[in-house]
Amino acid sequence: MDFSLTPEHEMVVRMVRDFAEKEVAPWVKEYDRAHRPFVRAIERMAELGILGICIPVRYGGQGMDYISLGLACEELERVDTFLRVVMSVHVGLNSLGIFQWGTEEQKHRFLVPQARGERWAAFGLTEPGAGSDVAAITATARREGDVYILNGEKMWISMASLAHHFLVFARTDPKAPPHQGITAFIVEREMKGITTGDLHGKLGIRAGSTGWIAMNNVEVPEGNRLGEEGEGFKIAMSCLDNGRYTIGAGATGLIRACLEASVRYALERRTFGRPIAEHQLVQQMIARMRRDYEIGRLLYLRAGWLKNQGVRNTWQTSMAKWFATEASFAAASDAVQIHGAYGYSDEYDVERFLRNAKGACIYEGTTQIHELIQAQYVLGYRQDKPLRCELPPYDPEEWQREA
Amino acid sequence: MHIVVCTKQTPDSAAKLTVDAAGHVSWGDSPIVINPWDEYAVEEALLIKERLGGNATVTVISMGPEAALEALKHAIAMGADEGIRIWDPAFEGSDTLATSYVLAKAIEKIGDVDLVLFGKSAIDSQTGQTPVEVARRLGFSPLTYVIRIAELDPVGKSITVERLLEQGRQVVKAPLPAVIGTIKGINEPRYPSFMGIRKATRAQYPVWSAADIGADLAKVGAVGSGVRWTRIFPPPAREGRAEIIQAETVEETVRILVDKLMAEKVI
Repeated sequence: MDFSLTPEHEMVVRMVRDFAEKEVAPWVKEYDRAHRPFVRAIERMAELGILGICIPVRYGGQGMDYISLGLACEELERVDTFLRVVMSVHVGLNSLGIFQWGTEEQKHRFLVPQARGERWAAFGLTEPGAGSDVAAITATARREGDVYILNGEKMWISMASLAHHFLVFARTDPKAPPHQGITAFIVEREMKGITTGDLHGKLGIRAGSTGWIAMNNVEVPEGNRLGEEGEGFKIAMSCLDNGRYTIGAGATGLIRACLEASVRYALERRTFGRPIAEHQLVQQMIARMRRDYEIGRLLYLRAGWLKNQGVRNTWQTSMAKWFATEASFAAASDAVQIHGAYGYSDEYDVERFLRNAKGACIYEGTTQIHELIQAQYVLGYRQDKPLRCELPPYDPEEWQREA
Repeated sequence: MHIVVCTKQTPDSAAKLTVDAAGHVSWGDSPIVINPWDEYAVEEALLIKERLGGNATVTVISMGPEAALEALKHAIAMGADEGIRIWDPAFEGSDTLATSYVLAKAIEKIGDVDLVLFGKSAIDSQTGQTPVEVARRLGFSPLTYVIRIAELDPVGKSITVERLLEQGRQVVKAPLPAVIGTIKGINEPRYPSFMGIRKATRAQYPVWSAADIGADLAKVGAVGSGVRWTRIFPPPAREGRAEIIQAETVEETVRILVDKLMAEKVI
């Protein structure tokens, strides 16, 4: 057993950290206050290759491993959650989904420009009336010759108004049992009948874009169907195995941000004649943050290692996501508490951390869904079945091959 | 064209310095990074190479123990071609005079070097002496405080640079080979690329000893140094006070600020 990162991982961490600290941290508060998506930061992530970090070089990516993806997410969310959300939808939910399930032609058409950061990607599963209950989606895809006609609305979609490609799930067979009648499609913004917009009034992640996609008789060629007809539910679940990984890693970074801010403040701020760091109840909050950071990190790194090995990791990833998101909300709440009245104002970052932390306890499986998943595995009610296409294990030579 | 960039490993700029009673300096468990000023020198070397259509080799050298590898790796990850570490236990305790001797001997060994680039100084020792000392030893044109390379003629062997001085800017033309001391503002250093990171972690970094570069042991290390440290003590804690001026308008804020500055005889 080896708990050490490779020198390559350490350099990735430093590079992503430098970027986030230099180019995002100084300005993100203003974007957050203004509810304005920080688009320039996403453009820079594209230029630096971060949007294609773990995609093989021959598909336009940078050829790093899945652990690098997690480490990058930790560093990004340490500065602001919206950066990690971009990774979750662009890389985790969409690009890795195409990498896992796409045909060679689809990989060249869609994955290559996405990994290069030229085209941004989003994931359209949730609907106004279907969140945790994925099988309840009502968007439809009706086959007409060699095209499908898509209708319906997707809601709470990160990057909805910015992305060029959407991995959308729609019901192709209304008569089939709910889990079996769903199919996945790669929908392009330029297609007629697509409209998107941003949602306003969000509690957090205000420097990012969250919105809706409306599809009105959108003609989608058969070549844009990902996987087989009726395979959509399985594809969606496997995409979530990757999206949730980025969230677990990111939330771990958010715990670290809370810990760093709290340590700094506790050593500076004095009450009753001494730094508040010397008060035991403050120490307790800081100790818990440290514990949760370490647990969150071990959980996501194990999930990343399993991905590298090509071993199915649904429950391990679910646990990493469940634990770290709840722990990040607790850490942010304690960080505000440590900062006292100052923590309650946006003069300090911790109130933003608290607002940002809540979303991840809801999306990509609410905390309660993950509790059920964990219980079902332990009780033997749920078992992993082999998939037609598995996420390929990381192979440095294969990943770095030019063509 | 062959460009050499001299780098140094330093503690991270966020590191806290402590000095114990015996005068031992410690940077705690701070990570060791490339001297931040050197990133400008590496970037400038890469820009020159790009300007020459890739017809240049960028060699990065660093005198230092194992930890100096971090500086070399960072430079390779940014895009430099090769990195050489120069170290020998005899180099321990070198001041800038001894260091410049070692660097000059290494540059002579590399041979046929047209440009040697430095950061303006190292963030730990802050002397800024090494570039000129190396230039003097090699007989190269010393060009310090360079904010812009205006012209570079590899065929005619000349270089024209703009130097940023306290009095203003100075444009200087000099023959090659030359030593250039870069300053912040000459460029914006790039981040290491992922491909560069892979290259850096797999690259071989030769280590040249005193014998390899033909150094006279009497001129290196503490023996070869001219500086003697008589006393080392921590800098006194900075005492400052911040005051935020709050007024209804910007004009009013400025008026109050100017009054205060004049009262304090700052302006």
